[in-house]
Amino acid sequence: MNLQAQDLSLGYGDTAVVEGLTLDIPEGKMTAILGPNGCGKSTLLRALARLIKPIRGRVVLDGEDIHALNTRALARRMAILPQAPLAPEGISVADLVRRGRTPWRGFLSPWRDEDAAACAAALEAVQMTDLADRPLNELSGGQRQRAWIALVLAQEAPLLLLDEPTTFLDLVHQIDVLTLLRTRNRDTGMTVISVLHDLNMAARFNDFLVLLGPNGLVATGAPDTVLTPDNLDRAFRLKAQVQPDPVTGNPMVFPL
Amino acid sequence: MRVVWVAVVFAVVVLASLTIGERSLPPQVYLDALFNYDPRDPAHVTLLAIRIPRLVAGLIAGAALGLAGTVMQAVTRNPLADPGILGVNAGAAFALLLGTTLLGRADEAIVAILAFPGAALASAAVFALGGGLRGDAGPVRLTLAGAALNALLLSLVTAIVLVRQESLEVFRFWVAGSLTQATTRPLPEMALVAALGGILALLIAPRVEALALGSALSRGLGTRPGRVQAGALTVVTLTTGAAVAVAGPIAFLGLMVPPLARLVVGHNLRKELAVAALLGAALLIFADTLGRILLAPQEIRAGIMTALIGGPVFLWIARQVRPGASS
Repeated sequence: MNLQAQDLSLGYGDTAVVEGLTLDIPEGKMTAILGPNGCGKSTLLRALARLIKPIRGRVVLDGEDIHALNTRALARRMAILPQAPLAPEGISVADLVRRGRTPWRGFLSPWRDEDAAACAAALEAVQMTDLADRPLNELSGGQRQRAWIALVLAQEAPLLLLDEPTTFLDLVHQIDVLTLLRTRNRDTGMTVISVLHDLNMAARFNDFLVLLGPNGLVATGAPDTVLTPDNLDRAFRLKAQVQPDPVTGNPMVFPL
Repeated sequence: MRVVWVAVVFAVVVLASLTIGERSLPPQVYLDALFNYDPRDPAHVTLLAIRIPRLVAGLIAGAALGLAGTVMQAVTRNPLADPGILGVNAGAAFALLLGTTLLGRADEAIVAILAFPGAALASAAVFALGGGLRGDAGPVRLTLAGAALNALLLSLVTAIVLVRQESLEVFRFWVAGSLTQATTRPLPEMALVAALGGILALLIAPRVEALALGSALSRGLGTRPGRVQAGALTVVTLTTGAAVAVAGPIAFLGLMVPPLARLVVGHNLRKELAVAALLGAALLIFADTLGRILLAPQEIRAGIMTALIGGPVFLWIARQVRPGASS
């Protein structure tokens, strides 16, 4: 699954948020999209997921413009977890995760063994097998987020996009969710693209960073080449020092 | 296990509706009437010309409303959605009254033809007003749009009745539904229409489930929200139209049945639909039978009985909804 943005301009109405962006998402890696509020991180992610139409340019999946692809066929190759998905009142975790199989179910197809197996595997991957019958709204924020991730894992798409999957979680649950995605990425080769806010978390769990600033793309590449004082100043207008993390060796940002 | 209970309740209610009535029939009459029908035997006539059509009408209208309510609640994520509350019943009643007044006819062909555009226009208007066309029909907005439309249509109905005395008879029937006129209703046709609605609902059920997760996620799951909503709208129109044509407006049935179905099978739309059809039919037949017994020999209309049962249930469901939990 090779995902590219080619000369992409995005926006709502007449105002462009992102202009002329060209990007090659590395296959089978973890990619994070970073940048200040309002720079178009989520807009870029939504365009990559075909939730919005570009003003100009195109998003290309394995050589084909994603807007030319069949909707269901695309959903089997690419899953998206938006920022605030909605759940019906009182739905159980198992019934929620089941809905991840939608792209594999036709008008006439019954619930098959492979659907049940995919859901069981997804619940296992997020360690929620024991909580499958619990109503979603009785779970903690971290558990709820894991349930939503199980839903998109049950979709069995080789490409997963997540819009701020850790924003409303405490530090422990942020690490929990990112570790889970990292494990899945290593085990299955799934490409993961997420919009993140925490620079240090992004550096620690991702192979590839996309740093956006108020005037568009600032830098792309491995964390230690992207998170430099100069790039941080251009993206965030932030004066900072960057030192290697004493535990993992990843770059760590210290605002001045 | 719970599904077995639903089947048992359904069977008991059907039997009760056939056996309870002004005239008590000895057991052998039932088989005789079916296999050796004698048109001169009043017991046979009671069974085949009154009780069975009434039962069939209850089955059609009850199942149809159960399906309509289930699809409405799934699409809107609103546990209080119902063809009555959202103005769809009122739309059918208004179209019917306007049509019979303008055309000067009130026969069964007209009833069947008019109920549909009324139900269809009303449900389309609620979806449009409630933001459904943008794919973000919120629970509160849809309910408000429905309540407003309901009030508007009912005031128009009242206006017509006050101006034209002769429409009062039609109005008396259409203000609260009933199964008493089952024999004059187009039962086979409406059974077919309701069945079509049911089949369509089963076909699109996985897509409706995806749509309930919000527009962005449902598109990520490979569905097209606009098309799914159009499909759901068609289901609601077919089933509500069929129910209104058979029994008139039946309040609260579409509201009560879906939460009960979810208690039985959880949030699994295909199973919910099957159980809701059974429960809807059982509940309407129960309401009708109870209405025959309570003030016998006077009858209370089934539409009034469902409202009497449904009012408290509505309050109970409203209290279960956590503020903001489903917004």
